[in-house]
Amino acid sequence: MEEENKLPRRAAIAQILAERQDTLVVTGLGSPTYDCAAVGDHPLNFYLWGAMGSAVTVGLGLALAQPKRRVLVVTGDGEMLMGLGALATVAMKGPNNLSILVIDNEHYGETGMQQTHTSAGVDLAGIALRCGFPQSVTVRQQAELDNAASILYMAKGPVVVVLKVSSARDPLVLPPWDGALLKSRFRQAVLGPQVF
Amino acid sequence: MTSWPDLIFEKLREFGIRHVAYVPDAGLARLIELCQAADDMEPTVLTTEEEGIGILAGAWLGGERGALLMQSSGVGNCINALSLAKVCGFPLLMIVTMRGEWGEMNPWQIPMGQITGKTLQLAGVIVYEVTKPEAAAPTVEAAARICFNGGLAVAILLSQRMLGTKLFKD
Repeated sequence: MEEENKLPRRAAIAQILAERQDTLVVTGLGSPTYDCAAVGDHPLNFYLWGAMGSAVTVGLGLALAQPKRRVLVVTGDGEMLMGLGALATVAMKGPNNLSILVIDNEHYGETGMQQTHTSAGVDLAGIALRCGFPQSVTVRQQAELDNAASILYMAKGPVVVVLKVSSARDPLVLPPWDGALLKSRFRQAVLGPQVF
Repeated sequence: MTSWPDLIFEKLREFGIRHVAYVPDAGLARLIELCQAADDMEPTVLTTEEEGIGILAGAWLGGERGALLMQSSGVGNCINALSLAKVCGFPLLMIVTMRGEWGEMNPWQIPMGQITGKTLQLAGVIVYEVTKPEAAAPTVEAAARICFNGGLAVAILLSQRMLGTKLFKD
């Protein structure tokens, strides 16, 4: 589907994360992890570097364990497509503190920019809605970004925002990939030093 | 005598398990019912088993413990997701009811059932096999201690020798 997507991903994500406050952020492998790192490393970021399909389910478990905190999953269209069933699982649990931001460039950015299913019109926001998410929107315009941020941080979850972005490549910004470090750093930031 | 699912359930309680992620199996039905009936547990039915690995990792990040229940046929679905538990050192407690392992009637269950334990071990999971009902709860206790103290992935395989074999008769 050749509807042109022009939103620059890094600027859009920076705008959204600028309002995160104490939100817990889980990022999906590949570009979403780099995008969030590019905004600035944060102990409340848990970056996935693999286990494709797992970002949403990690966010779900976290949201269930920390019901008073907002949890934001930042993933890509490729990973979301691999784990579509997770949308059904999230909908069934209905955590009101979980938000999913899908950075949709309609391509597999890590592997040579092959087209994904969303390029043919597969509607991730529509799938989430039909799973039973109370709110799920697709955003294409800069003017809609403020509203997207308010949905992600304020709306009763679970919510999905699909951000249709340009497929231009951004410079690599690599956060730590030591999984044990990321896990322990995150737990300490959420639970305090008594966890060790 | 108290049945093995009831005794396993008590062990899950003792170890502070709150999140119980599962894809159902007939052999797990009683244990799932007990978890669903418990006010202090958070049962989550999955569309595919690997979702449970992410959910339990997320729960641990948020300070809570869980267990993943599945049939052996679901183990194959978990392999790449197990890298999340391994590379980060997430504790991962799995209780797996076996098919295709002992006296199986359905030939389609045999390929996965015959490689379940070896596949888990190749993926870095510690595996305990249970063939007698009275060994089930003590094995869960031993496995849970290693899992949560060591930050390790541990699977308990409940054999068809103790579960019985599905005979495809009404």
